Amino acid sequence: MEKPAKVIYLDHASTTAVDPRVVEAMLPYWTEHYGNASSIHSLGREAAKAIDEARKTVASILNCEPQEIIFTGCGSESDNLALRGVAFAQRHRSQGNHIITSSIEHHAIGHTCEQLEKYFGFGVTYLPVDRYAMVDPEDVRRAIRDDTVLISVMAANNEVGTIQPIAEIGKIARERGIPFHTDAVQAGGTLPLDVNDLHVDLLSLSAHKFYGPKGVGVLYVRKGTPLLPIQTGGAHERQRRAGTENVAGIVGLSTALKLAYDHAAENNARITALRQRLIQGVLERIPDAQLTGHPTQRLPNNASFLFKYIEGESILLHLDLLGICASSGSACTSGSEEPSHVILAIGIPRQDAHGSLRLTLGNENTEEDVDYVLQVLPGIVEKLRMMSPLYHK
Amino acid sequence: MLPYSEVVLDHLQHPRNVGIIEDADGVGKMGSPVCGDLMEIYIEVQDSRIADVKFRTFGCGAAIASSSMLSEMVKGKTLEEALSITDEQVAQALGGLPEQKLHCSNLAASTLHKAIEDYQQRQRERT
Repeated sequence: MEKPAKVIYLDHASTTAVDPRVVEAMLPYWTEHYGNASSIHSLGREAAKAIDEARKTVASILNCEPQEIIFTGCGSESDNLALRGVAFAQRHRSQGNHIITSSIEHHAIGHTCEQLEKYFGFGVTYLPVDRYAMVDPEDVRRAIRDDTVLISVMAANNEVGTIQPIAEIGKIARERGIPFHTDAVQAGGTLPLDVNDLHVDLLSLSAHKFYGPKGVGVLYVRKGTPLLPIQTGGAHERQRRAGTENVAGIVGLSTALKLAYDHAAENNARITALRQRLIQGVLERIPDAQLTGHPTQRLPNNASFLFKYIEGESILLHLDLLGICASSGSACTSGSEEPSHVILAIGIPRQDAHGSLRLTLGNENTEEDVDYVLQVLPGIVEKLRMMSPLYHK
Repeated sequence: MLPYSEVVLDHLQHPRNVGIIEDADGVGKMGSPVCGDLMEIYIEVQDSRIADVKFRTFGCGAAIASSSMLSEMVKGKTLEEALSITDEQVAQALGGLPEQKLHCSNLAASTLHKAIEDYQQRQRERT
């Protein structure tokens, strides 16, 4: 098999290329309009104006007030601010010590919850998921206690792509008056983010997941939600996140988010069709393969699989040698000794949890890209299986 | 992705001596599918030398490459020479392995030693 002239990038859930129109919009804010948005002079005012405009753009997409948008340094920071900010503010108001989240969250949520448990005395309930990685809103209802101060459930899973019933969970949280956060980092740019339809009080986004720059994120915080800043200093972001604003990054984020939602319907339709071609092709061509995540309630771009008898990193290395960039939740690729917590949470036995492969499509992918993967992947899986002592043909 | 050497990638793409030996003189197994690395090495012994060696490995790139490299290193060696080869020497022959792979995936020499012990045990049982 000839290696294609260009790299086929199928790891858009990790990050995306910055759209050239976004780069164009950002450039002046490094070299010409480089003022500090806190300064009173003309250059400072230009920067502040750009941030105001960006804030309005983001707010219009989230259907919220501009002052409810906090710009942060990344999605992980947004998640940390949401969790720590609400948890500590609630404790200060003697509201309680209990947090509800799911067992399939990104580590920015999961590890933060673990730290709140271990070092700060919070109690955390990690809700189970079904075999499609879906949280049951009724489980959320049952987990609520009198001392529950925060609920956080991701909008869509980063590994297997399952879209969660956020609006239903939000309704339950609202009935009980408990702040509800959603990590929408994977959903940003594709799924609707209307915070009123979703009944969320806090929502995290990260620009580099939707063709914006790295190093800038958003936390939406509904007016009236208790939030203690976790980074203190100046009065930036209405005293909720200190630090000189990343003006170019913020302009890039808002430009990218607007472009994404201006074209979401057509892009989602095209990418969903590619995804289906990929999923069907893989399942037809490779025995002992399973789709992970929900068959229909999944992100348009996510095709994730488990292959029995083999290990994920060796699949990735072979794909990389053939010019395909992909990802896996195997222990060897995550730098830990544990296979993916998401794969374990959907009930896969530990010995079968190592052979995961995630292919996430993006705007620049074509049918030819998908067909190339379908051409080479079965051979890689077969080769590794022939080498595996677990495989008995 | 981890920074693997060209040698590792070559062994991963073109693994040497993959398979099993029917009626092997010695078999060694190490690791577990639960941990994500499992290795099997089969040897055929003639005149106290490793006349043939085959392996099967479930695991990451480092696990596959180290078993392939080891199989090349020991073919034709005396049992004594083979027993003196360490996991560290296999890693060195591969041009080094990433730090976090040295303890979990670098099992090939240890697995071979088990195969040789198995052979020696069988010899003792015969006499």
